[in-house]
Amino acid sequence: MRKSVGLELFLRGAFARGYPRVFGAHRELSWLFFEIVIPLINISAYVFLYRALNAPEQYVGFVVVGGAMATYWLNVLWMMASQLYWDKQAGLLEIYIMSPASLMSILLGMGVGGLYMSTLRAGAITIIGSLLYNVRFDGSQWGFALLVFVVTMIALYGLGMLLSSVFLMWGREAWQISLALQEPVYFMAGMQFPLSKLFLTIPGVFTLISAAVPVSFGLDAMRQLLFPGQIVGVFAPWIELLILAAMGVVFVTIAFIMLRRMEWLAKVEARLSLRWQ
Amino acid sequence: MGLDLHADSSISTYDNAAEGRDVIPSGTAQRNAPHVARPLAIHVENLSRIYKSRGEKKKKGEQAVPKTLNALDGVDLEVYQGELFGLLGPNGAGKTTLIKILTTLLAPSSGTARVDGLDVVRDSNEVRRRINMVSGGETSGYGILTVRENLWMFSQFYGVTWKDAYARIDELLKIVELEDKKNALVSSLSTGQRQRMNFCRGFVTDPKVMFLDEPTLGLDVHAARIIREFTKDWLQKNPDRTLLLTTHYMAEADELCDRIAIIDHGKVLACDTPANLKRLLQKQPTFEISAAGITERTVAALSSAPGVVGVTALPDPSGASQKLNFILEDESAIGSVVSTLTAHNGSILTLQKNEPTLEDVFIKLVGRSLTAAEPTE
Repeated sequence: MRKSVGLELFLRGAFARGYPRVFGAHRELSWLFFEIVIPLINISAYVFLYRALNAPEQYVGFVVVGGAMATYWLNVLWMMASQLYWDKQAGLLEIYIMSPASLMSILLGMGVGGLYMSTLRAGAITIIGSLLYNVRFDGSQWGFALLVFVVTMIALYGLGMLLSSVFLMWGREAWQISLALQEPVYFMAGMQFPLSKLFLTIPGVFTLISAAVPVSFGLDAMRQLLFPGQIVGVFAPWIELLILAAMGVVFVTIAFIMLRRMEWLAKVEARLSLRWQ
Repeated sequence: MGLDLHADSSISTYDNAAEGRDVIPSGTAQRNAPHVARPLAIHVENLSRIYKSRGEKKKKGEQAVPKTLNALDGVDLEVYQGELFGLLGPNGAGKTTLIKILTTLLAPSSGTARVDGLDVVRDSNEVRRRINMVSGGETSGYGILTVRENLWMFSQFYGVTWKDAYARIDELLKIVELEDKKNALVSSLSTGQRQRMNFCRGFVTDPKVMFLDEPTLGLDVHAARIIREFTKDWLQKNPDRTLLLTTHYMAEADELCDRIAIIDHGKVLACDTPANLKRLLQKQPTFEISAAGITERTVAALSSAPGVVGVTALPDPSGASQKLNFILEDESAIGSVVSTLTAHNGSILTLQKNEPTLEDVFIKLVGRSLTAAEPTE
C-alpha cells in the first residue's frame, strides 16, 4: 500500500478534514434558517434603529456588510478555535494527533471548510439584506475589495489556528472563552458602525486590542472600497491591507510554533484525551 | 507462600523455549516459531508515567496539595514482530497509559519506549506512519458522512491513495459484515455497527503495529466474534505485523494472545504465554464451591484459613448462593475450607475441582478478580 508523505500528505489531510464541512454540510439544511435568518433579524434591528434616529442611509449598508463579516468571526471562534475541544470530547483529537498528518493540515482543512460554509452564509446575508434594505454597493474597486477580503480571511483564520493551539490545552474553559469573546469583538471590530467612530472614542490601548482582530481593519477597508466617499476610515485601505497581510504572516507563523509547543505540553500534561486510563 | 512471580516479571517466550517449556499456544505455532529470531516491534525499558493534578483545597485560604499518581512504574516489555500480545489488568492498572505512550499521545515521565525500532518521543512522526489504534466504545467519525466516506477521510490522514483506500474499505466492510451499510450515514448506525466501523478505521491504513484497546467492549457476542476472527486472520495473513491488545475478557486473551503481560498498579507482574502462566498454578489446585449463607465475615475467615492461597466470591445470578473460587496450597487444604465454611453457618451446594484458568492466575498475581470492584483512584 502506497502512502504519501510531505506536501502530498499535508494536502490529503487538509482536503479530508475539509470534506465533512464542505460536502457534509449540504446534507443538513437546517443551518439555513439558524445561520441566515437569525443574523438577518439582528441586522434588521440595527437598520430600524439607524432609520429611527435618522442616521445617514449608508449606515444600513455598513450594517449589512458587518453582519456578513460577523459570520466569519463566529465560524473562526466556534468551529476553528474551540474545535479541538469538541474533537477531544468526540475522541477525534487522539486520532488526528496519532496520525502522521500534521495538525496544521487538519486545521487548514477545518479553516477552508469553514470558510466555504461561512461564505455561503455571508453571501446569502449580503444578498437578502441588500435587497430588503435597498443597499447600493459601488463596484468600481471590486478587485481591491476582493483582495482585502482574501487577506482578511488569511489573517482571521490564522488567528483561529493560533487560538486553536491555545485551546488545545484547555477543556471546558475554551467554550467559556469563546462565549466571552463573541459579543465584545462585535463591538471592538465595529460590526454595526464605522470603526473610526470607535477609535475616536475609546482609549488608545483598546484600539490596539480592536486592531488585533483582523475583522476590524478588513471591514473598515472593505466599507471604504464598497461605499467610497461615504465613510471615514481609520487608515487608507492600502495601509489596512498591509497591516492585515502582516497580521496573517504573524498569526500563521505563531500558530505553527504554538501548535507544536502546545501539542508537546498537552502530551506531558495528559490533556490530549479525556480519559486518564 | 505461593510463587514469587514479581522477581522476574519479564520472562519472554523465547527464554522459555530455551528452557524446553511449551511456548506456543494453539493455532499460532507457525507465526511464533520460537527458534526464529525476530526483531522487536515494541521495546519498553523502565518506563514510568506520573500524573499530577492540582489537588483540592481542604479549607479556604489553604494551599492546594498537588496529587500524584504513578500510572506506570518502571515497566519493561518486549513484544516481537508477528506477535499478538495481550495486556491484562484491572481498571487503573496502567494499560491505557502504556498504549497512549506507545501511540505518541502521551509523554513518558521517564524511561524509553520504541515502536518498530523508533523512539516514540524523538521519532514520533515516523512512529505515527507505522501504527494505528482502535479503542472500545470509541464514537469517532462524523455522523453527517457515510461509513465509506468516514473511513476514506481517516485513511487520508495516513496518505493512502484513494484507489487503495476504497479497495481496502470495501474489503474490510465485507469482512466485518457492514457491506450493506457502506453508504449509510454514521449517525444511523447502532453502537455495535459503529464499533465495527471504527475497527475498520484502524486497519484501513495497514499499520505495522496495531493497538487494540478493549476492542470488544460492549459488543454483542456475534460482533465480538467477528472482531476476534478478523484479528487472528489479519496476523496470520500478515506475519510481519504486530498486534498489542488490552482486554478485560480473560477468555478473549486466552484465545487470541501468543503472550500476555499481567499489569497492575503500573507494574508488570508476569509475562508469558497463556499456557505457561496457567502452569504456574498447576501445583496449586483450584476449587469452586457454590454455597449459601455466605457473609463478608465468612469470606474473610476463608481467606485466612490454613492452606488457602486466594479466594474470590461472586454472587450467583439467582442471589440465593455465592460462587467461591479457591486457590489452595495443596488438595488437603480443602478440608480446612469445608470446616471453616460450616463453622460460619455456610451450606455447601456444590464443590468441584477446576483446571487453572487465566482468571486464577490473575487472582493469584493481582489479589482480586477482574470483575471485582476496583479501588478508586
